[in-house]
Amino acid sequence: MSPADTTPVGTAPDSATPGNATPHATAPVLAAPAVDGPATTERWEPRRGSFGRLVRAELRLVLGRRRNQVLVAGLGLVPLLLGLVLFFTQHSELGTQGPGFIAQATQNGLFLVIASLFLCLPFLLPLTIAIGSGDAVAGEASAGTLRYLLLLPVDRTRLLAAKAVGALTFAAVAVLAIATVGLIAGGVLFGLRDVVLLSGTTVPLADGLLRVAGVVAYIGMSLTGLVAVGLFFSTLTEVPVAAMAATVVVSVVSAVLDSLGALSAIHPYLLTHHWFDFAELLRLQVDWGTIGAGVWVQAAWVIVFGAAAWARFTQADITS
Amino acid sequence: MSPSDEPAIVTRGLTKRFSSGQVAVDGIDLHVPAGAVYGFLGPNGSGKTTTIRMLLGLVRPTAGEVSVLGAPMPAAAHRVLGPVGALVEGPAFQPYLTGRENLVRMDACDPSADPATRDARLDRALGRVGLGAAAGKRYRQYSLGMKQRLGLAGALLRPRRLLVLDEPTNGLDPQGTREVRHLVRELAGEGTTVLVSSHLLAEIDQVCTHLGIMSAGRLVLQGERASLAEHRTVRVRATVRPHQVQAATSVLTGLGLEQVGVEGDEVVALLGTVDPAAVSAALVHAGLDLLGLQVLAPTLEQVFVELTGEGFDVAR
Repeated sequence: MSPADTTPVGTAPDSATPGNATPHATAPVLAAPAVDGPATTERWEPRRGSFGRLVRAELRLVLGRRRNQVLVAGLGLVPLLLGLVLFFTQHSELGTQGPGFIAQATQNGLFLVIASLFLCLPFLLPLTIAIGSGDAVAGEASAGTLRYLLLLPVDRTRLLAAKAVGALTFAAVAVLAIATVGLIAGGVLFGLRDVVLLSGTTVPLADGLLRVAGVVAYIGMSLTGLVAVGLFFSTLTEVPVAAMAATVVVSVVSAVLDSLGALSAIHPYLLTHHWFDFAELLRLQVDWGTIGAGVWVQAAWVIVFGAAAWARFTQADITS
Repeated sequence: MSPSDEPAIVTRGLTKRFSSGQVAVDGIDLHVPAGAVYGFLGPNGSGKTTTIRMLLGLVRPTAGEVSVLGAPMPAAAHRVLGPVGALVEGPAFQPYLTGRENLVRMDACDPSADPATRDARLDRALGRVGLGAAAGKRYRQYSLGMKQRLGLAGALLRPRRLLVLDEPTNGLDPQGTREVRHLVRELAGEGTTVLVSSHLLAEIDQVCTHLGIMSAGRLVLQGERASLAEHRTVRVRATVRPHQVQAATSVLTGLGLEQVGVEGDEVVALLGTVDPAAVSAALVHAGLDLLGLQVLAPTLEQVFVELTGEGFDVAR
């Protein structure tokens, strides 16, 4: 590039494009040869902060989309409805039934967060994440906007990274929506108290809050592997619904395989095997080995499917 | 770096065979000189769009080389595509955003665009395509013509050295088609090289300096528009009184014209290199009443149809 190429365009782009002088232009016509084209004074190297702008544009798209907002609002309804049901049935026979977390919510509102996440984890959260990540690339491909992004040109690796940030953020927002509504509803309906751990010990509320925050973080972390799977499927097709469905199927199949005793040899590597290990954080002595195993399995899924998505997307013919 | 002498686009043996085995593009040598308005013609399915996708690095060639603005594609796509504006196979935007929001998003994703000049560039691009008033409407509510205009505005967000416009007049009414032609002329006047594809020759014939004609994956004709005109088979048609037709026939044959024939009261022949004035002079000199003399140059449309076949059959 010659020095002229790095000259930034002034605030009046019209005056910077030779050959486009309007009749009333007072500036003398530049001596630049017309054949050099109007674009030679423009700067074409990536600007500082361009990746940040790409990511922000992606986040605006993901979080500003009505469908996604409805999904998150729907997830937020789960703790609200669960809380109300428990509130009105807590003194009846029904109130004492159900899994531990759910029954405990009436004793301590903090457990409404755990109970709601527990209810959403098998299906509603995977579904939401599948919609967000499956749509990431396939949605742009089906709308045809993918080719125009690549023609800007957005580097394919950077675009995939921005899409991953968008899908991960959406997953985090989904988990946080459940947790936030659960905390507020639980606090209002049942009050927040010192926490009785699974081992029977009572710890102060502040410690309990920290542990619940840990549970929320662990569940968010547990979903990163599924985000990577969804992103990979999203690079394979121009039909977003196909990528979404395939992603849901992966999580369901993983859960089914995890329930078959004969396959116990592969259980530790399954995507969903460690999802419910968040309970470990509610014991007095947290076994960090169990938590670590959950983190490692997700990291492995993220690396394998992230790499597959990258390999596919950077080589793919864009025919949509 | 002098972009003036090197061609804007060169391909050598460019070929694309899809995994289905279908050969969409079959060894074409495209040559688009800098500053040209290159009309890229061919029926639907002749391989124009696949070629354009390979030029822009969206699709990898099976064989052959592509050079755009002096750099190899798709290897140099990230360096080359900045000064290239494109409209490929129709416009595409997020349906739930307004026209303007879509352009804002596009500009935010452009790694080399200056956010400080964004609004001015947006206004100018929207104004150029006549979409200023409708910019606040959701893309979903746009008519086909408005969508096409927004696509053009997207290609014009930054000053370009090369514009690749694939079927830019699709969905436009005759007025819109004229506006696109005017826009292409204006951009060419500013020094932008334009490659414009169409399956309708009449739409772009008037603005092109160069033409390339695709048929069934091959480039069957390419060159300057003026030189292509020389290939046309020009005919002459002389009208005389009915009883003079025979005499006129022998006069034309005597002048050395070929394929002399009679159509009613008229005599028709291939003109070849003979001056039409010599034809009229010879007829009058022979004492015939020359009631009319027409020189019939086939339109490029006829040349086009001759090369690519006629009818609605898609090539494959």
